[in-house]
Amino acid sequence: MNPSTLTTSLTIQDEPLIIAGKSFTNRFLLGTGKFKNKKDLAESIEASGAEIVTVALRRIDLERHEDNILEYIPKNVTLLVNTSGARNAKEAVRIAHLVREAGYGNWIKIEVINDSKYLLPDNAETIKATEILSKENFVVLPYIYPDLYVARELVKAGAATVMPLGSFIGSNQGLKAKEFIQVLIDEIDLPIIVDAGIGFPSQAAEAMEIGADAVLANTAVATAGRPALLAKAFAMAIQAGRLGYLSKLPVKKDLASPSSPLTGFLYENDNTIERR
Amino acid sequence: MQILLNGKKKEIPNNTQLKEIIEQFCRNTKRVIAEVNGDIVKRHLWEECLIHPGDTIELVNLVGGG
Repeated sequence: MNPSTLTTSLTIQDEPLIIAGKSFTNRFLLGTGKFKNKKDLAESIEASGAEIVTVALRRIDLERHEDNILEYIPKNVTLLVNTSGARNAKEAVRIAHLVREAGYGNWIKIEVINDSKYLLPDNAETIKATEILSKENFVVLPYIYPDLYVARELVKAGAATVMPLGSFIGSNQGLKAKEFIQVLIDEIDLPIIVDAGIGFPSQAAEAMEIGADAVLANTAVATAGRPALLAKAFAMAIQAGRLGYLSKLPVKKDLASPSSPLTGFLYENDNTIERR
Repeated sequence: MQILLNGKKKEIPNNTQLKEIIEQFCRNTKRVIAEVNGDIVKRHLWEECLIHPGDTIELVNLVGGG
């Protein structure tokens, strides 16, 4: 569904999402991990309409045959390889080099995690990796714990976007970091893509309503009973949230405010006596 | 001779090429990315890359990820 086809009389003018000069109309990025089977994955990619999907790099399991994941990803989709498994900048850079060497392009999502309990990204190492890889002409999309100073450093380092986490990765808890993501949206002049913790379409819509440029989800879709259905729901929620944002949303109020006029009620009698 | 392949010790004949190892251990070599002792070895160099005792080889490919 294209926004311009929502109604026949309403034309919605939205700019495309532009990352490193490349233009995208769909603001939903889909991760490809944890799917029960490749059929679910292929159907979910299609239902999501995602133009960017993430993949990871891992050791080949020499004991058993694994399907090639690229067979399930349409050719026109931009491949964004993450550096998951990297515990520091050096390891992230090494993964990026392997990816480029193998001919998988130069789009890299920096994901540096060295805490196995909270799985929070290491912002300092992420800045270092972004600096190195941007200089080597990679398109770098760093995944961070939302922090204004870190985001500013990433801008200086040449990042293509900033990807703050909504809440703990894989937690489905939504926008726990909302206030801090809002700061990034307001202050950072790069696309802000909310990543991690987005479990329900309503949470994705909320991220878009506050002005995020895009949302990335993976676990939620992959672990849903019907993944493709949720992928579609996310795509629609992200579009709805975006339209809400573009509409210049009304202000929240603490008290009631009637939506119908307070005058001219039926059956209301004026008891004052009119004297002639 | 012994090498370390994807973290596991393997016994292979002397003077083996990287290409032979990849063909022996990977069913589909098309998407394999190879690293020997921390250095990437480009596909067109697999044949001339001779493996030495104690070498560490990493064979990786793309998988699902978020």
